[in-house]
Amino acid sequence: MIDEQMLSDEIEVERYELFESLAYNFSFDRRDFIKAFGLGIVFIVPATRALAQQRGQGESGRGGFNQSLPNDIDAWIHIDEKGEVTVFTGKVEVGQNTRTTLTQSVADELHVPVSAVRLVMGDTDLTPFDMGTFGSRSTPTMAPQLRKAAAAAREALLAMAAEQLNVAAGDLRIVDARFLNHDKSKTLTLAEVAKGRKLVKVIPDNIAITQPKDWTIAGTSVTKVDAAKYVSGKHQYTFDIKRDGMLYGKIVRPATFNASLVSVDSKAAEAMPGVKVVADGSFIGVVAPDQQTATKAANAIAVDWKSAGQPSNKELFDVLRKPATNQRGGGGEGGGGGSRPQGSIADGLAAADKKLEQTYTVQYIAHAPLEPRAAVAEWNGDKLTVWTGSQRPFGVRTELADAFHISEDKVRVIVPDTGSGYGGKHTGECAIEAARLAKAAGKPVKLTWTREEEFTWAYFRPAGVIDIKSGVKNDGALTAWEFHNYNSGLSGIQIKYEIPNNDIRFHPSNSPLKQGSYRGLAATANHFARESHIDELAHAVNIDPLDFRLKNIKDERLRAVLEATAKAFGWGKSKPAGNHGFGLACGFEKGGYVATCAEIAVEPPSDKEDKANKRIRIVRVVEAFECGAIVNPRHLHNQIEGSIVMAIGGALFESIQFDNGKILNPHFAQYRVPRFSDLPKIEVVLVDRKDIPSAGAGETPIVGLAPAIGNAIFNATGVRLRSLPLAPKGLANQT
Amino acid sequence: MAKVTSLNVNGRKMTVDVDSTVSLLSVLRNDLELTGSKYGCGEGQCGACTVLIDGVATRSCITQVGRAGGKQITTIEALAKDGKLHPLQEAFIKADAMQCAYCTSGMIMSASALLAKNPKPSREEIITGMNGNICRCGTYQRIVEAIQIASGAQAAGKYAGDARTNGQEVAS
Repeated sequence: MIDEQMLSDEIEVERYELFESLAYNFSFDRRDFIKAFGLGIVFIVPATRALAQQRGQGESGRGGFNQSLPNDIDAWIHIDEKGEVTVFTGKVEVGQNTRTTLTQSVADELHVPVSAVRLVMGDTDLTPFDMGTFGSRSTPTMAPQLRKAAAAAREALLAMAAEQLNVAAGDLRIVDARFLNHDKSKTLTLAEVAKGRKLVKVIPDNIAITQPKDWTIAGTSVTKVDAAKYVSGKHQYTFDIKRDGMLYGKIVRPATFNASLVSVDSKAAEAMPGVKVVADGSFIGVVAPDQQTATKAANAIAVDWKSAGQPSNKELFDVLRKPATNQRGGGGEGGGGGSRPQGSIADGLAAADKKLEQTYTVQYIAHAPLEPRAAVAEWNGDKLTVWTGSQRPFGVRTELADAFHISEDKVRVIVPDTGSGYGGKHTGECAIEAARLAKAAGKPVKLTWTREEEFTWAYFRPAGVIDIKSGVKNDGALTAWEFHNYNSGLSGIQIKYEIPNNDIRFHPSNSPLKQGSYRGLAATANHFARESHIDELAHAVNIDPLDFRLKNIKDERLRAVLEATAKAFGWGKSKPAGNHGFGLACGFEKGGYVATCAEIAVEPPSDKEDKANKRIRIVRVVEAFECGAIVNPRHLHNQIEGSIVMAIGGALFESIQFDNGKILNPHFAQYRVPRFSDLPKIEVVLVDRKDIPSAGAGETPIVGLAPAIGNAIFNATGVRLRSLPLAPKGLANQT
Repeated sequence: MAKVTSLNVNGRKMTVDVDSTVSLLSVLRNDLELTGSKYGCGEGQCGACTVLIDGVATRSCITQVGRAGGKQITTIEALAKDGKLHPLQEAFIKADAMQCAYCTSGMIMSASALLAKNPKPSREEIITGMNGNICRCGTYQRIVEAIQIASGAQAAGKYAGDARTNGQEVAS
């Protein structure tokens, strides 16, 4: 288990989620905490990897505030004089319900109700540094850290309460935020213990945390924190923030990507009342007292841009096959990444009864979060505050500090719980634009991107080409596996199939479009290619696709989800009609195991669809998922369903169309996303493993659908589709 | 340019001073500070901006404010009465019918218009009636269930249980 984790850490260096390494080494001072929080007790959680450097461990005493604290801190918890528990973490909430599950973990450990715990998230002035909310890391890394803090807090509070009550510490327990002795004759509230204290404690690393089998609040279906605010329209997203004297901004966008400015004439805009034009190099924007005027003014600016010719979808896969000469999408990974080859492909192919060589492709797709990028920027003297929806508040702080040549302590980034991200909100361009406008205006400025801007000027899930060469014996034993991924990435590239000869490689390319993280990263592309190919091999040797997989998979966790899905789906039953098809896929990524079965139907097109093509309707999807001990079954269920629905778009019809530096379909009317009418019957099987630490679950449930649908289409029609999206306009009638 | 100076919003007469061609969404959000209605696309394609005008679900982002003058405009802010959530709001919480919840206001307003017209819609009628609203997080199945709960067609809490299946049974 440990070896496997280390291997996966090594191989899964995903270049699209790699950003600059940390330049920080803040030194915290106890006095800062006391100043920031006032009275009460603060528990500091040192970062796991920095424990060796830790100084000042343990209790400092009430007078010893000047002692240094650990430099790397994961989180802190404050218990104020009213007994209210506030947890500070740099993670952010973007709809994945991490606010709820982290709250559950703290409440569980502290023995207080969920309502007694409040999380302050993603505020660079209030929360400790955090790399970002991505990679399904909040549950496996942040939750245990917060649990440690809460456990230490519980023990320290018990000791303090025992002293106050003059009883033995062992005689006290915490029930519903109250300290009780054995016969309940002596009680204290959290507030009574915290009152008058001025204490900063660094939690010891060896503190034991509650194991999943003993969880009481974690592991249950706690309602989403702030749910009542959301259904009432009261939650304030970045889009909703208003500051005194705030102006509205609008950016003048280049005509194409990679364009340079030739000339600009902004006289007409400048003549508009209340309008200020900001031109700084190729940055051109306006501010105005209201959004309509800002938009009108921006449209009135005449700009000439020039750019060289740029590729389109037609040339995309030829471009991607050429080796990278630059690194786009965030540096790090060099060429030829992958795992160490095993055995010899030539030997494996020689030993095979059947050989297969196929190519699979994946188009760029857009995240299309329903809340487009937005930022409100405000300068107070030389201090900049920006509210923005980002998965990397501290990364955006760095971007802002760099852009304005100021130090990071002059920048505060606050991330309100955000209208989703799916990996699409790692960058701070909108924050920088708003801050530039606010600086020129001398007033707070709100900048909200339009849907067209979000579709055009954000970034995309990488397109990719995958070549697979393989060999199999007639008895179903896999003998060779050569896998080359061009551009889309490393995630999910590893195999769980037992293949003695394998060679798995990733080749970076010059991406024609700006690309970056997307829910599951390349795991969708790699699973689509692999699981389609495995299906082809199973058919090549006339073995049932489920039996074929089980024959070649030893991993018990993967077998368990495969078997659970197949059982729930009724794999092996006969199809309800000739135009229906069944498909199966399975996989592993980021500590999660997934298996997906799908039933599709090939039907005549509806009135709105292309008459030349048949319609693919997804009838039913069954997915089993296992990510260790389940923290919140209800929200896990919701994440899996949501992943399946989101996956339908990339599987069947989503694709960014581009030509010569322009996006051709930057609207929901042209870029189709899944809607109610695309909804299949979805059945989720949760596999709970209380004996295995919890992994994140926001991403991996997305990877199984596309190959399951492709395999189901083959089952229904005999036609093998090897490009995502599979049927953007339906299934061509000739097939 | 013609001006609009008053609007009937959530049962109250509100004073505004805006051009009649400005979008109703912009006036609600920026002038009246009713930010529960959301911008999602500005083209009437996603439904996040849905409000009721004389009871009819309307995309406020493509509705000029001049066309709403003299009519009754209802936004998400008016659904809860006397501190008590509307049955649809309760049902959305019960069914966990949201993730990032940016679409939720529009979903609930569209659903309230649907239920006003058809108090006991079938699953198919819900899907047809709600098809103009996008939930990018993909919680459609739960939203269908929430509407069914609010319509009294289904007991609440199908998802609320601790469905610890361990592969033994299907929880859907």
